[in-house]
Amino acid sequence: MAGLELLSDQGYRVDGRRAGELRKIQARMGVFAQADGSAYIEQGNTKALAVVYGPHEGMGQGWTQGSQLKGARGRHMQDRERKTGGFVLEIRGSRARALPDRALVNCQYSSATFSTGERKRRPHGDRKSCEMGLQLRQTFEAAILTQLHPRSQIDIYVQVLQADGGTYAACVNAATLAVLDAGIPMRDFVCACSAGFVDGTALADLSHVEEAAGGPQLALALLPASGQIALLEMDARLHEDHLERVLEAAAQAARDVHTLLDRVVRQHVREASILLGD
Amino acid sequence: MAMEMRLPVARKPLSERLGRDTKKHLVVPGDTITTDTGFMRGHGTYMGEEKLIASVAGSVERVNKLICVKALKTRYIGEVGDIVVGRITEVQQKRWKVETNSRLDSVLLLSSMNLPGGELRRRSAEDELAMRGFLQEGDLISVQAVFSDGAVSLHTRSLKYGKLGQGVLVQVSPSLVKRQKTHFHDLPCGASVILGNNGFIWIYPTPEHKEEEAGGFIANLEPVSLADREVISRLRNCIISLVTQRMMLYDTSILYCYEASLPHQIKDILKPEIMEEIVMETRQRLLEQEG
Repeated sequence: MAGLELLSDQGYRVDGRRAGELRKIQARMGVFAQADGSAYIEQGNTKALAVVYGPHEGMGQGWTQGSQLKGARGRHMQDRERKTGGFVLEIRGSRARALPDRALVNCQYSSATFSTGERKRRPHGDRKSCEMGLQLRQTFEAAILTQLHPRSQIDIYVQVLQADGGTYAACVNAATLAVLDAGIPMRDFVCACSAGFVDGTALADLSHVEEAAGGPQLALALLPASGQIALLEMDARLHEDHLERVLEAAAQAARDVHTLLDRVVRQHVREASILLGD
Repeated sequence: MAMEMRLPVARKPLSERLGRDTKKHLVVPGDTITTDTGFMRGHGTYMGEEKLIASVAGSVERVNKLICVKALKTRYIGEVGDIVVGRITEVQQKRWKVETNSRLDSVLLLSSMNLPGGELRRRSAEDELAMRGFLQEGDLISVQAVFSDGAVSLHTRSLKYGKLGQGVLVQVSPSLVKRQKTHFHDLPCGASVILGNNGFIWIYPTPEHKEEEAGGFIANLEPVSLADREVISRLRNCIISLVTQRMMLYDTSILYCYEASLPHQIKDILKPEIMEEIVMETRQRLLEQEG
């Protein structure tokens, strides 16, 4: 806030972008061979990795300390052991969580200790991670066709390797690609972007510097083909007259993200199709 | 002790080297496949506002009036008559739960399982109590699949199927296993292979006596010779290299890949350059063979 001009007189932002311009996006699908689906995305300096397991048998959850696993089931936990540092363990066969008419979507968000400027003490399990996990879950329950897989469970794990603003958006974009890679049917892509408001202009795709400046920020997840909103989140004060403009900037940015992700997916499908032969 | 280190290098997409393009119609979720309402919708599609929209990323397949989209890789979807290799996860009353890389765990009923010695009788309460003696959590079995109500139901009607003894399991994507008449192959190189339709591949030493088929209850725990073990390891590495280069798996392709890999050491097969070389050679031989 002290002397940092978020929007110059000529209309340039701190990193030289225009108001509605996105950062450079690079994405890749099928990063891990062991998982059902995986993807990696870079939005500017924000890097996120998403891994999807499923649909598989619904599992209950139990807490355990460390990796002391008792009983014959212990041997198979290696199959399903998550990178949660032994905090939450999945126990097969517990019927408590399986839904009879649709699939259960389970999302976990984790940010690496080296992802922010100062080393983070708790990579997961803290309040912000839980809230992010819940938001991701809401977003994907709206997009995945869960009625097709009753009694099963879909796990989405997202890890942020470098956080430079727009982490929710990068997570959603990475998770969309990972779900597509796993072959789980979805209504449409889910594309997300953040937006802010400075000096009467709506800015799209905020970086960390712009987020830290303290202005209003909005995160939007959109299903581009139909224009339906999967999730809209803002916790700041914004005059309602400006809301429409900011929303429109975020929606346009999400559609631009869709163009890029669409290209990545088509290329991946094309390459795999060529290799498999006709 | 020698250590090998590699630096990251940008990989060229493999399809460029093949120099051919695909003629299939490729779609991503949200794409409209057709607005013609005369078509029936199959897997991978859904109806939205009078349009047929794709829900997975893959190629469109049309059979008369049915349109479906085949995803690149999915979990195993059971079909009647498939052979699968699975691992027991739970022992329940009168049935076992088997993990077969599908959406839900498969079910193996007690009445569908061979009894030791191949007897044919009604299963009694004693059999129920002795279930854990037959198959425990962690055992591997090969069975035939009967598909029903979302969860695959398995049975081991003939003595050819049952508990598996010593060998190596390789897990691959189900879409890479080619459908053939038989899935039990005895390769001339000295090992046998079971290509499960669910993507679980079991490599084991060829048993000398083929007459005694006991349904697997007599566990063969004799030590396997070094030569056999080398053959099995080489086969496993060949299968993994075929999978990495996305080639269909069947007995001929595995055999050609094995022969192409003989000049190299077993542990070198997994290095990226050697993997590409071997698989290219396999591809060429298969093309020549097709004529």
